[in-house]
Amino acid sequence: MPEYLVRLAQAHESFRKVELQALADVAGVTLQFVKYEEDSPYCIVNLCSDSAARKIITRSILAQGIYELWGQGSTYRTLHQSVRLLSGFQWPHYENASFRFTVEGYRGGRSASEQRDIIDSFSYMALKGQPRMRLPDVAFRVFEDYDLDAKEPKYLYFGRLVAESPRNEAKRTFDLKKRHYISTTSMDAELTLLTANIAHVAPGKLFYDPFMGTGGFPIACAHFGAVVFGSDIDGRTIRGTGGSARRGQTGKYDVVGNFRQYGIESSYLGAFVSDLTNTPLRIPPPTMDLTTGYLDGIVCDPPYGIREGLKVLGSRQALLETEKQTHQDQYKAPGYIPPKRPYSFTALLDDILAFAVATLVEDGRISMWMPTANDEDIELIIPSHPCLELTSVCVQAFNKWSRRLLTYRRRRESEVPEGTLESAKKEYEKGTRASELNDFRRKYFQGFKEFESMKKEFVRLKMNSRATEETVGTAEEREART
Amino acid sequence: MKLLTLNFLTCAIKTCKTNSASFPLHPRDAELEIVEADVNLPFLKNILPRLMWDELRGICTELGLPELPATPPTPADLIQPSSSTPETTDAAPIAEADEEPSQTAKDLHRVLLETCIQEGKLVCGACEHEYAVKEGVANFLLPGHLV
Ligand SMILES: [Zn+2]
Repeated sequence: MPEYLVRLAQAHESFRKVELQALADVAGVTLQFVKYEEDSPYCIVNLCSDSAARKIITRSILAQGIYELWGQGSTYRTLHQSVRLLSGFQWPHYENASFRFTVEGYRGGRSASEQRDIIDSFSYMALKGQPRMRLPDVAFRVFEDYDLDAKEPKYLYFGRLVAESPRNEAKRTFDLKKRHYISTTSMDAELTLLTANIAHVAPGKLFYDPFMGTGGFPIACAHFGAVVFGSDIDGRTIRGTGGSARRGQTGKYDVVGNFRQYGIESSYLGAFVSDLTNTPLRIPPPTMDLTTGYLDGIVCDPPYGIREGLKVLGSRQALLETEKQTHQDQYKAPGYIPPKRPYSFTALLDDILAFAVATLVEDGRISMWMPTANDEDIELIIPSHPCLELTSVCVQAFNKWSRRLLTYRRRRESEVPEGTLESAKKEYEKGTRASELNDFRRKYFQGFKEFESMKKEFVRLKMNSRATEETVGTAEEREART
Repeated sequence: MKLLTLNFLTCAIKTCKTNSASFPLHPRDAELEIVEADVNLPFLKNILPRLMWDELRGICTELGLPELPATPPTPADLIQPSSSTPETTDAAPIAEADEEPSQTAKDLHRVLLETCIQEGKLVCGACEHEYAVKEGVANFLLPGHLV
C-alpha cells in the first residue's frame, strides 16, 4: 500500500490517531500507522489509494492535510535520493501540469530566498508546467521538522498534496463567538466536531444527546450528516428563555435558531425536556432480543455538578400521602416545579451506559465526556458495561484534573454471553445502584475535593482558550504560508 | 418536534414502560405545522426497519393526516426507478449518490420529517398522564407523586 504523510495540527494530541482511525472505519477503508509521535505533527500511514486518503481527511478536524509521500530523509542529500527512488516513475504524469511548490517548517523555518533555493534543488523532477499559487493541477510541499531552537531541521519529508482538511474552515464556521445561542457550559466547537467524528457520525445515521444544553453536540453531528435530537432537564435552555451567555443579548435565542444559523434545520428532529433517570425514550424490555436498539450513536457531556449537587427527578425522602396529593393537585398549574433530589455523578455514568446498551443498535457508538482528577488512585477509573466495548480514551489534560472522552461500541448479540443483557437491563430498571458510596466512588469524589477551584480553573481555561484560539489559528496559517 | 420523534417516545413513568399501552403516546389538542425540510434518502433507508409502523399509522389517523399504507414500504420502494438505467442491470448497482427518492419516500418524509407538533399534549394510553408540548418542546419531567 502507498505511504501517505498526514500533516496534523499540534493540538489535542491524544485524540489525533483516534480520530483518523474512526474516520477510516466510517469510510470503510484500511488504515495502518507506520510512524506516529505524540510531539510531532507528521504522521505516516498506509492507505490503499488517494480516494481513501481523501475520504478520511476531508472530514478530519485534527489533520490539516494529507500528502502522498514522495520521499523522506534526515538531510537534503538523503531526501533527494529517496525522492528519486520512490517517485521518479510519477514525474512524467505531472510534466505539463500547473503546480505549486512550497516549503513549511515546524518549530523552525527558512527565509524566502532559502526557500527558493530548496525548491530549485528539485529541478531534476523536470516540471514544465506553469507555477500557480491558486488552484494548481498539483501541489508539492517540503516539510522540515526542527528541534526547538535548532538551526537545521532534524528530518525532511516531501509529498504531493491529496486533500486538505476542513479544520480551519470548520473552526471558523462553528466558532462559539459567532454562534447565535450559547451558554457558559457550551463546549468549544473544535471538541464537539471531534467528538462527532470519533462517535462515527455519518450521513443517514440517528444521533441523540441526553444533556444537550444549547445543542453543541447535535449541531456537530448534524454538520457531518446525522439526523439528531436531544433532551435536557432544563426546558429553558432548549426553548431559549434562559438567556444567552452574551451580555445584553435580548430577543428569541434558542437551540432551533442555532440549527437555522448553520442551515441544518432539516436534520434536527427536535428536543424534549426530560431526565435520563426517568427517560421517556423507549427502553426495549429485557425479554426482547439485542437487535431492538434504534440509535446509531449517543454523544454527551454529562453534568457533573458536584458542588451545587447533581440533581435528578424525585424527592429526598419518600413522600407522605398528603404531600403526594398536593403534587397531584398542583402539577398542572403554570409554574409548578417538579421536585429534584441529589444524585451521584458515577451513578449517572452507570445509568448512561445502561441506557446506551438498551437503545443503541449493534455496533452503535456512545462517546461520553468525563472529568477526572489527576490522581494515581483514580486515574484508571473508567465505567464499564459487559455489553459495551471501550474503543478509545482521549485525554484533555489540565493542571489538577483532566477530562476524557470515552467511546464505547455496542457489542453485537453474538459477542455477549447469554443472560448478561437481561441482568444488566434489570439493574437499569431498578435505578440507582445500592453501592453508591463504596470505596471506589468515595475515592472518585475525594479527587474532587478542590472542585470549586477546579471549576474556576475550567472556566478560566475556557476563556483563555477562546482568547488564544485566534492566535493559534494565525500561527498555523503563518506556518502553512511559509 | 417532528412527528418521527413519536416513534421513540413512550411514557416516562417507570411502571408504564412494561405496559404496551404506553406506546405510542397519543397527541391531543395538537397544533400541527409543516416545516419544509430536505428529503434525506440515506436517513429514510436507515430508519425504515426501526419504524413502529402500526403505531405510526395510528397516530396519523388520530391526527387526521393522510393515511399511511397498511404495510411498511420496502427499502426498494423508497428509490425512484431510474429511467436511464435498464431494470435488468443487477450486476451494476447504481451509485448511492445517483438515487432519487420515490413518491413513497417523499410521502413518508412529509409525514415523519416535515409534520411538527407545535402545541398540545401527548397522552399515555396506560396511565393517561398528559405531557404538555409548548413551542414544539414536550415536557417529560414527572411531578413529585409520580417519580
Ligand atoms: Zn403512563
